[in-house]
Amino acid sequence: MPEPLLEVTDLCVTFRSRRGAARVVDRLSFDLGEGEVLGVVGESGSGKSVSMMSLLGLIRDPNASVEGSARFRGRELVGMADAELRDLRGRDIAMVFQDPMTSLTPVYTVGWHLTEALRAHRRVPKAVARRRAVELLAEVGIPDPHRRLDDYPHQFSGGMRQRVVIAMGLANNPALLIADEPTTALDVTTQAQVLDLLRRLQREHGSSIVLITHDMAVVSQLADRVLVMYGGRAVEKGTRREVFHAPQHPYTWGLLGSVPRARAARVHRLATIPGSPPASALDAPPGCPFAPRCVHVHETCLQRPPLEGAGGHVDACWLPREDRAGLRRITAEQVAEDEVARVHDAAETVEEGIDR
Amino acid sequence: MLSFTLRRTASAVLVLFSISVLVFLIFFATPGVDPAARIAGRNADQATLRAVQHEFGLDQPLPVRYALMMKHLFVDRDLTSFVNRGVRVIPQITQAVPTTLSLVIGAAVIWMVVGIAMGTGAAAWRGRAADPVIVVLGVLGVSIPVYWLGEVVNLLTQSRLHDGVFSWVPPLGYVGITTDPLQWALHLLFPWLTLAALYAGIYARVLRSEMLGALEEDYVRTARAKGVSERRILLKHALRCSLIPVVSLFGLDFGALVGGSALLTEVVFGLPGVGRLTYTALQNLDLPVILGTVLYAAFFVVLANAVVDLGYAALDPRVRRA
Amino acid sequence: MRTSTRSGTEVLLRANDVVKHFPVRGGLWHRGPRPVVHAVDGVSLEVRRGETLGVVGESGCGKSTLGRCLTRLTDLTSGTVEFTGRDVSRLSRSALRPLRRDVQLVFQDPYSSLNPRRRVGEVVAEPLEIHTSATAAQNRARVAELFELVGLSAGHLDRFPHEFSGGQRQRVGIARALANNPRLIVADEPVSALDVSIQAQVLNLFADLQDELGLTYVFIAHDLGVVRHVSDRIAVMYLGEVVEVADADPLYDAPGHPYTEALLSAAPEIDDGTGDVAPERIVLTGDVPNPVDKPSGCAFHPRCPYAQDRCRTERPLLTLAAPGRLTACHYPLLTAAGDQAPHAVTAGAT
Repeated sequence: MPEPLLEVTDLCVTFRSRRGAARVVDRLSFDLGEGEVLGVVGESGSGKSVSMMSLLGLIRDPNASVEGSARFRGRELVGMADAELRDLRGRDIAMVFQDPMTSLTPVYTVGWHLTEALRAHRRVPKAVARRRAVELLAEVGIPDPHRRLDDYPHQFSGGMRQRVVIAMGLANNPALLIADEPTTALDVTTQAQVLDLLRRLQREHGSSIVLITHDMAVVSQLADRVLVMYGGRAVEKGTRREVFHAPQHPYTWGLLGSVPRARAARVHRLATIPGSPPASALDAPPGCPFAPRCVHVHETCLQRPPLEGAGGHVDACWLPREDRAGLRRITAEQVAEDEVARVHDAAETVEEGIDR
Repeated sequence: MLSFTLRRTASAVLVLFSISVLVFLIFFATPGVDPAARIAGRNADQATLRAVQHEFGLDQPLPVRYALMMKHLFVDRDLTSFVNRGVRVIPQITQAVPTTLSLVIGAAVIWMVVGIAMGTGAAAWRGRAADPVIVVLGVLGVSIPVYWLGEVVNLLTQSRLHDGVFSWVPPLGYVGITTDPLQWALHLLFPWLTLAALYAGIYARVLRSEMLGALEEDYVRTARAKGVSERRILLKHALRCSLIPVVSLFGLDFGALVGGSALLTEVVFGLPGVGRLTYTALQNLDLPVILGTVLYAAFFVVLANAVVDLGYAALDPRVRRA
Repeated sequence: MRTSTRSGTEVLLRANDVVKHFPVRGGLWHRGPRPVVHAVDGVSLEVRRGETLGVVGESGCGKSTLGRCLTRLTDLTSGTVEFTGRDVSRLSRSALRPLRRDVQLVFQDPYSSLNPRRRVGEVVAEPLEIHTSATAAQNRARVAELFELVGLSAGHLDRFPHEFSGGQRQRVGIARALANNPRLIVADEPVSALDVSIQAQVLNLFADLQDELGLTYVFIAHDLGVVRHVSDRIAVMYLGEVVEVADADPLYDAPGHPYTEALLSAAPEIDDGTGDVAPERIVLTGDVPNPVDKPSGCAFHPRCPYAQDRCRTERPLLTLAAPGRLTACHYPLLTAAGDQAPHAVTAGAT
């Protein structure tokens, strides 16, 4: 089997504060092969962004410490000197962020930004860099690239700006592109354009992509493999088909059930997850991080469940593996019952109050 | 941009007009006060009072009086100070201007260079030893009153240590640049440093705070992800964006200072600038001169505001739209 | 499955040709008419009692402005809004007061729509203080009931907004809207700022409250899945105009307007073995044009794959293209009988 492009083992990111140490990423492990798209899914507080940013040394908070191992083409990233990491950033590993409105320095033109990306790692004459910048803009679908090179970021729409940012990311043909919620701030039709662009570029350049998002549908469209995160940990991993067609972890059930579908049969109630995502890593319970919200919680859950499963499809849950599908149905029913009963009772009280 | 400029200019003119009316009303239309006596100054005799009343049309309706005053001030330029017996107001002001300009421009260069360097340094070395040191220096600069600092400087350079370390320091006063450039600079050296101390402190703090904010911005994160060096991020990304509010602030401060706000520094160091002129006029209640300097100061503040507004558009491309 | 049987045919709220233009502050010289932002450009809608009318569109389509026009939080440039038959478009602030008991708005951003300096109990009690003559103790009791209703604990009455999560703050906003037993709630993107799992909880809450209290909703959102889930009927907006109105399921199964078709095909879908295969994707080119510089004729024609000459010159009106289906298109994708027209790209894809 070919060596994976990126091999992360037991990655931990801890933030020290007066109130204690918060483990925002807790022994995360995953692999990424060449030319593969990995979708990392989670809600706020899942640690998905922090984990990827820590790989590139982009966490500048002096109270943060990164432990564990992350090997990129055999080189160890954790503990690497910043000067060496800087060589990798933008050249071998590029990162694209969420909000296109604020990700470009507003006082410089788009052409300036692109040439900065090109000249950050190699001595490239300005004229050559400029020509390459025009090519990049054309490649990402910006019309009239020659003229738009001298426009400022605020003269572009959100979707166009995101394309520029992607062009910057791909300027030096990186082996790995990390995209952190690249389409969350965009409209649906613009999102479709950008996702298409990412897919096309990935095929043409052969780069691997780590796509961080909270949107299950986007993952379903683009990813080859999926990593579901909760409370700083991986709770389920597998191929896209495995995770979406036969999810094993209660959190994944909840995530999939929570999304209202535009093209499937409508349900009266969505299968929700009771409670809220953890507000802070400081309050993380011992054992399974999902236990406070899980309908099937039992004693064993006080111990941290290992990532186990058949083949490449693993999950971190103590529940018996025999009939997870059945358990999924029960979960949905039970949560629904509780919710409806609560509202019903409360509504009666309110109506009595009105009659009074 | 053109329509913006025109609108801005029109509003500046309107503001100046309003100020002139306001000043006029304060000095010459306050009820219960005899404007003639005020103009003529203390101990004026009857003949002078009558001359004043005639010249300023004090028996005429208010708008006429205003018009006459403005005419004297700007058109005829023969408004005279009644305290200093016939010395004209406008020439007094125009003679004082080069001194003020020399003081303010020199100090401005120093405080901008020092302030920006200190602010950038504090932001770059945040968390390390240099940062609190710079911040404290800045606070000191802001807190020490300029008249105290000036007097202490004088104490050291003019008397206590004059025979030793500071023997090269010339006596208080001003020498024109065309007369003797070296003496001009020497006379102004300590006034420059004293005035700059205050503003350098302010600007260092402002820039530091802006830089720290800029370093947290998304665009810095993007630059870092591109592999750009920290030094380049600091200077090309963070500093460039942080300078915009600083330059605006500078415009306003500079305008105010040229208008006479360096008053205390001028008095302490015996520089015959517009500030000191205002100061003496206030002490003597020399109304025509006060009127002149107030309008002069107002003009520069309004001008500075307008220039800053226009300059902002030049610095920040986002503002340039229409 | 949500059905429309709960909703009667009584029209609770009617918008007639509502127009809201915002003048653009520009330079001194402009040839011709002063430029305006055509935020809402002639919208006519009906909201029937007991139903949920979804309003969907992308940014700049005017849906939020429409919501504020319908609840009279902003004045109209022209057109009328009628609530239970009464024209409320020109009423003064004080005359509008009674309307505020019946029509309420739930806002998008749970982080900025609550005053950070006021306790949440006070925020929810305020509508009661304004509209009823109950005592403070009675109001407090009612606020506690409302909190329980929306899934918050009555013990949290005296907390400040920053002590709550986004989802909880949104529930506070809903409790406030429910305080005076409104008949109609206009919800402006109420779940967009929330995490997926919280979003589902709040959507369920909306559904449960409607079942229990007989509310009518106008639900404004940009997420197609969310809108489909909550709505009985849906209005699709583009550049300040309503381009299609239809019952929810038929709209998604067979869109009548080219923009609706493109919007639906652009939305990514979860492929989990259930649900239909996504039809052939239509990727629109270019960006949504500026609401200041609206294209002539049909607003969508520059991006429409089916555009003809007529579309460039003549603005299409919202007409009945098929039973239960209104479209503003010269060449709708549905025939009069309700089948897909032959020129539709997604025709035949199932």
